[in-house]
Amino acid sequence: MAEFDRQLKDHGSTIYGRSRTSFGPRIDYTLLLLLVALMATGVMILYSASGQQFTYVKRQLIFMAAGLVAMLVVGQMPTRFLERWAFVLYGGGLVLLVSVVFVGVGAKGAQRWLDLGGFRFQPSELMKIAVPLMLASYLGRRVLPPRFIVVMVALTMIIVPAVLVGVQPDLGTALLIFAAGSFVLFLAGLRKRYMFGALIVALTAAPLFWFYLLRDYQKLRIMTLLDPQSDKLGAGWNIIQSTTAIGAGGFSGKGWFQGTQSQLDFLPESHTDFIIAVLSEEHGFLGVMLLMLLYLALIVRGVFISLRAQTMFGRLLAGSITLTFFVYIFVNLGMVSGMLPIVGVPLPMVSYGGTAIVTLLLGFGMLMAISTEEKRMGQ
Amino acid sequence: MREDRVLKNTHWEARLYAVRISVAVLVLLIMMGALVWRYYDLQISRHDEFTTLAENNRIHVRAVAPARGLIFDRNGVLLADNRPGFTLSVVIERSAGIDQLLATIDQLIDLDDDEVERFKKFAQQRRPYESVPLRYKLSEQEQSILAVNQHRLDGIEVSARLVRDYPLGSLLSHVVGYTGRINQQELTQFDPTQYRGVHTTGKTGLEKYYEKTLLGEVGYERVETNARGRVMRVLERIDPVPGKTLRLFLDSRLQEIAVRALGAERGAVVAIETGTGGVLALASTPSFDPNLFVTGISHADYGALRDSPDRPLFDRALRGQYPPGSTVKPFFGLAALDSKVITSGYDIYDPGFYQLDNDKRKYRDWKRGGHGTRIDIYKAIEQSCDTFFYDIGYKTGIDDLHRYGTMFGFGLASGVDLPGEARGIMPSRDWKQGDRGVVWYPGDTVNVSIGQGFMLATPMQLAAATSHLANRGVVRTPRLVMSDVEEEIVSNTELTDASGSDTEILTINPVHWDTISDAMVAVVHNIRGTASRAVTGLDYKMAGKTGTAQVVGIKQNERYDASKLAKLQLDHALFIAFAPADNPRIAVAVIVENGEHGSSTAAPVAREVIDAFLAFYPLVDPGPETDIDSLSDSPPERATHRESEAEHRG
Repeated sequence: MAEFDRQLKDHGSTIYGRSRTSFGPRIDYTLLLLLVALMATGVMILYSASGQQFTYVKRQLIFMAAGLVAMLVVGQMPTRFLERWAFVLYGGGLVLLVSVVFVGVGAKGAQRWLDLGGFRFQPSELMKIAVPLMLASYLGRRVLPPRFIVVMVALTMIIVPAVLVGVQPDLGTALLIFAAGSFVLFLAGLRKRYMFGALIVALTAAPLFWFYLLRDYQKLRIMTLLDPQSDKLGAGWNIIQSTTAIGAGGFSGKGWFQGTQSQLDFLPESHTDFIIAVLSEEHGFLGVMLLMLLYLALIVRGVFISLRAQTMFGRLLAGSITLTFFVYIFVNLGMVSGMLPIVGVPLPMVSYGGTAIVTLLLGFGMLMAISTEEKRMGQ
Repeated sequence: MREDRVLKNTHWEARLYAVRISVAVLVLLIMMGALVWRYYDLQISRHDEFTTLAENNRIHVRAVAPARGLIFDRNGVLLADNRPGFTLSVVIERSAGIDQLLATIDQLIDLDDDEVERFKKFAQQRRPYESVPLRYKLSEQEQSILAVNQHRLDGIEVSARLVRDYPLGSLLSHVVGYTGRINQQELTQFDPTQYRGVHTTGKTGLEKYYEKTLLGEVGYERVETNARGRVMRVLERIDPVPGKTLRLFLDSRLQEIAVRALGAERGAVVAIETGTGGVLALASTPSFDPNLFVTGISHADYGALRDSPDRPLFDRALRGQYPPGSTVKPFFGLAALDSKVITSGYDIYDPGFYQLDNDKRKYRDWKRGGHGTRIDIYKAIEQSCDTFFYDIGYKTGIDDLHRYGTMFGFGLASGVDLPGEARGIMPSRDWKQGDRGVVWYPGDTVNVSIGQGFMLATPMQLAAATSHLANRGVVRTPRLVMSDVEEEIVSNTELTDASGSDTEILTINPVHWDTISDAMVAVVHNIRGTASRAVTGLDYKMAGKTGTAQVVGIKQNERYDASKLAKLQLDHALFIAFAPADNPRIAVAVIVENGEHGSSTAAPVAREVIDAFLAFYPLVDPGPETDIDSLSDSPPERATHRESEAEHRG
């Protein structure tokens, strides 16, 4: 143990050459700065997308503030603590997910919420953090690459909550949970033959999935993606209007508040899932590229933190959080621009929605804990 | 767990992780590249295409209906107006579901089945993005109810539209006509660019005849709308050009007097200003309220009008074809004189009937026992002697009767500027052969000689023929519209000079006009004249002729007994007149259906109209250029008249 520890310490100090002298709050300022910049951009777009109403902006700001506080609190936690108590969060989340099936409250045909005395809580959001945390905790302690039995246990840990969320039905969140968990497996060095095996299983399961598991509206979304014109005023409306808004933006956009698609209500869900179309229309290709650069910078920072992490748990968790963050971006930008079917995935830190922001910031809080712990150990 | 931990090679695992995350980042960058490519494709490569789509989304070109031209009478009395009315329309494409929307509207403002049915029928003719009217003439209360519930009513539009209004109601329904919604058939006939945004069109009367003049030109508006179709702002506007205003020769006061004089009778009055051919009054009773039709008449109202035995929808003045009876005598008398069959001195003995050679059939005179000896053309017209006209008509022959009858417009459309005019029948050999497939018999000529038999004429034709007679052969096509004016109308009681009317001179020996005119004056003014008892106390000279048209055929040796016949079988009463006789300015034809005798029922109607006309338009203060002589009955004036006509003949 001591041998390894020293080795790691040397490794850390020689490669990264950082040292920490103060005992103040553990804050990764680069990460914080990037997040604040992203949130500021998001609020700016939201103000226009919500029809210049301060009510949305105000509520978003409150959630952002709460999320930042939560992030900084989590950031102070020792990673070992997170690693040790991961199963409690995961297990608790699983219990809540099961209880949603029985006592959950619904909206728009989906049963996703638990009513906790006036406060609505969505356990599936919790699982977005709990699943990678649990897997990182489980795999971080195994010999890597993981053996078959370990892979099987890990897969079960992913699939059970993903299916529970998927049947709510909330395909977008299920997908993200699955992705978050899979990333941990992949980063933990999952052997190629397992990956191929999974691919073959996935391909054979796909038709069964289509015919037995997907609901009609979900099939319709996929069909609509292939041919939006087939149902112009129904399912295709969203895609047609959003691609129109994006395309009409051109290189530099029509200007803040000047997007006709956005301001004249042609664009559906313009302040939530489809907010990128507002940015695209009003700030053009340039605006989209700048936002993507900001995202990329955050991802690079995340990858950087994961590489510097002192434990496998830290690496796996940081890597998974970062990659999942990218999945959010990719799925959202892809679906709004008509590349992917419409699944309800918001644009991280930009779309209106408190839960998503708090969840994301909790994830970044763990990232921050990992990032700053490395520094402390490097002392 | 312990074993695992012991066996873990942390350094090797860190490298494994580094490899894996690198692969992931590589994939991530490729995916990001795909996103960049996608946004580049949409925003840069296909920018123009989507700009067009976005513009089409937000910008709509709306047609702005022009205001329909107004119609005034000759004195500037408004006959057809446009009034703002609030219309509820629905754009089906924008509603969440049309049946549901209609149900919601029904809860708020009761819709009747007629409206819904009409709406659905109408909706089939329009494209889903076009607004379809559901209810016209929303009350203020209904407007506010709809406004309050706007959020529940996606797809509705409340718009102010001009609705045609006829202030004088039933007085001029057969003349002015009415507008109504464009129907399926009209939709296919009209040029859609001219009617974009226009929902109504002239259906009858002047509204139909002058549709193109009244319509105006459609304007356009480029508007920005939101996704719900609400107009956010107007970007560009090309104003519509309002339809032209029509000014009529008609005097609504005379019209009213004519209608009132007809009272409860079924009948028609046509009054023509002889100097212009302008129609002064054109009445057909009973009538109906044209305002009922403008926004769509209800089934019940329409059924009542259609099924009424008095047929109020039927325009008797223009479409009623009646045997003209004795009112043709002046014209056929003229025919006999001009074709030199008789002279003004020719006379007969009237035993009360007429017989053709080798024919036992007796053509009876209306007066049992006859009019006695020395009945000449003068007395024959004065007393309406049938026997005389049987005789001269037969002598003139159907060919000449037809020729002269046609000259005066019998059997031809008068050419008045109204749609759907009936042509009547001026029988001839060819007509009978073609229409009935039978040769002409001499007896047919005898019947036609007194305006019976096959002959039919409309009140309009009779009035026009009377006007030509009054004008001594100057034929002026009757016209309703004096001009289309764009400027403010100046109230003007002066008579207009002969304007755009077609003028033609009949080639008739001028001497005969006096003979006929004098005889017609005798009808009214001589003690033995058929209208003398009905028309008394005139302060001007009126030339007239009574007529009675048989409704039921009377068999040989049978007497006409009015008391035995039901009202609907009574003879039609006719009267034609012009006045003043020595300087005619107005010609009138009146028919009272089942009015029995022209003298007793029709003549007083004509007299009231003429009285009023002469009172309204007195010949005062003749200027230096006015022909003073025309006021008097002096021979030199006559001479000049003849000369001028002779010139025309030459």
